[in-house]
Amino acid sequence: MTHEETVLAVKDIIATIAPDEELDGLNLDDPLRDQIELDSMDFLDIVMELRKRYGVQVPEDDYKELNTLQGCANYLSPLLEGKELKLGV
Amino acid sequence: MAKSPTFDRYDTVVIGAGMSGLAAGIRLAQAGGRVAVLERHSLWGGLNSFYKKSGRRWDVGLHALTNFVPKGQRGHPLSKVLRQLRVPYDALQLGEQKGSRTVFPDAQLRFSNDFELLRSQVHEAFPAQASGFDALAAAVAATPIGTGDDQASARAYIAAFVDDALLIDLLLHPLLWYGSPTPMDMDHAGFVVLWKSVYEEGFARPAGGMRPLLDVLRARLADEGGELRTNCGVAAIVHGSHGVTGVQLEDGSELETQRVLSSAGWVETMALSGTSSAAIEDEAGRISFVECCAKLDTKPSDLGHDDTIVFYNLTPTTIYDAPANGHLELRSGVLCCPDNYANQLPDPEGTARITVLASPRHWNGFDDAAYATAKQEAFDGAFQAVQSFAPNFLPHVTVRDAFTPRTITHFTGKRNGAVYGAPKKRPDGATPIDGLHLIGTDQGLLGIVGAMMSGIQVANHHVLAPTTS
Repeated sequence: MTHEETVLAVKDIIATIAPDEELDGLNLDDPLRDQIELDSMDFLDIVMELRKRYGVQVPEDDYKELNTLQGCANYLSPLLEGKELKLGV
Repeated sequence: MAKSPTFDRYDTVVIGAGMSGLAAGIRLAQAGGRVAVLERHSLWGGLNSFYKKSGRRWDVGLHALTNFVPKGQRGHPLSKVLRQLRVPYDALQLGEQKGSRTVFPDAQLRFSNDFELLRSQVHEAFPAQASGFDALAAAVAATPIGTGDDQASARAYIAAFVDDALLIDLLLHPLLWYGSPTPMDMDHAGFVVLWKSVYEEGFARPAGGMRPLLDVLRARLADEGGELRTNCGVAAIVHGSHGVTGVQLEDGSELETQRVLSSAGWVETMALSGTSSAAIEDEAGRISFVECCAKLDTKPSDLGHDDTIVFYNLTPTTIYDAPANGHLELRSGVLCCPDNYANQLPDPEGTARITVLASPRHWNGFDDAAYATAKQEAFDGAFQAVQSFAPNFLPHVTVRDAFTPRTITHFTGKRNGAVYGAPKKRPDGATPIDGLHLIGTDQGLLGIVGAMMSGIQVANHHVLAPTTS
């Protein structure tokens, strides 16, 4: 999965867990929490979906890496290497 | 929607397909667990279900979906529940109440989904209490759900701000009716939950009532791979020295699992696990109701009745307890007219429903003939009692039905038909048995949204929390 695809993968997971949020305007660098409503439970759901869709385990200590979309891409890209993007699962 | 395969081993078994059980099941299935939600009856929904009779669809229990907030309002129980269950807000097709009121012989208060109406009503009718009321409202607003004191009296708490006995009763009456398992009072923790859900947020109704909402939840459960088994009563929760090992079904078969979330109620769950005692049995609630439902040949608004819900009390002070000396208490109740919500589906008929207090002991003792007569009396008595503040609906009644403490016990298994469960709540859902957790009414959250939140919270806490996954 490319860097861009990783961002798509995360945005698609957010679209799944937050069906009422408008995601088109999300930028890469501001904390996700400031752009849309995501609480700690929602972050847990993002991690849960990463595990379900891609078999990726994110340890609790690393949740902070998922703070922004850019952070997600940086942290997840190596873990998602060679995996195929799954959208709208 | 593919039908899920049936297994005999599950990561989690959920007892009861009411709002809390369905919500817990969805969360668990989302996390990838194999989950079965077991329901004793042919229909799901529990205390908020639906049925067909005389060619009509009837709701059970639903006067209102409390906790209403408009789409896009963040951080409220409704928005959190929808997020966690991945249900889009618009799927509920909520219609807001027109307005409700609390009626006592010497005063009334109107309220709506705009808190300012209640505030102005209090300021107008009780000018000397205006600043006390505002301080009370501010204090409750500043108390997060889950931080209330479950040992403190709500009545005493209100009295610290407001010293007019009638106003205290007027404010408390709808909240007692919407969820107190305790006679005449409730605990502070429950009061905070209900004040927010009824006064700060408010009432709405899904277009079409409970059925569409329950369909959404059932579909979500199936989409996540969870299984809903109806006509599947649990006879026993099986456990050993290391905790839960399975559940035995009423048909004699057994499902293996190491985790059970039970919405059966505290007393009922302890009985299912064979660990009840006289002391535990004594904890059962005793507040039960008769609900009298009528289809009308006209809409209530055509008779000049525009209230969505009226919480009434025909004596000067609140009555909220099982009647001691008879089967019915008609001087306190709730009149609900679901046609007086916005966005309801077209229906040529009108609906009116009245809920009154009932004594489970008396209702359980009736033989068939006495039971039928008592239902009739309850219906006529309730519809006569509301005429001091509402129209005479009786000449317009085309079809009638009533359900009683006996009906409630039959369909939900709740001891004494106690809709609001045991007075002592267990917010952490804990039981003495490893792997067995309570959800639903006896965990302590109330109403449709509260019940879903209960299932979600316990599922999240015990099952999905990162440290245990």
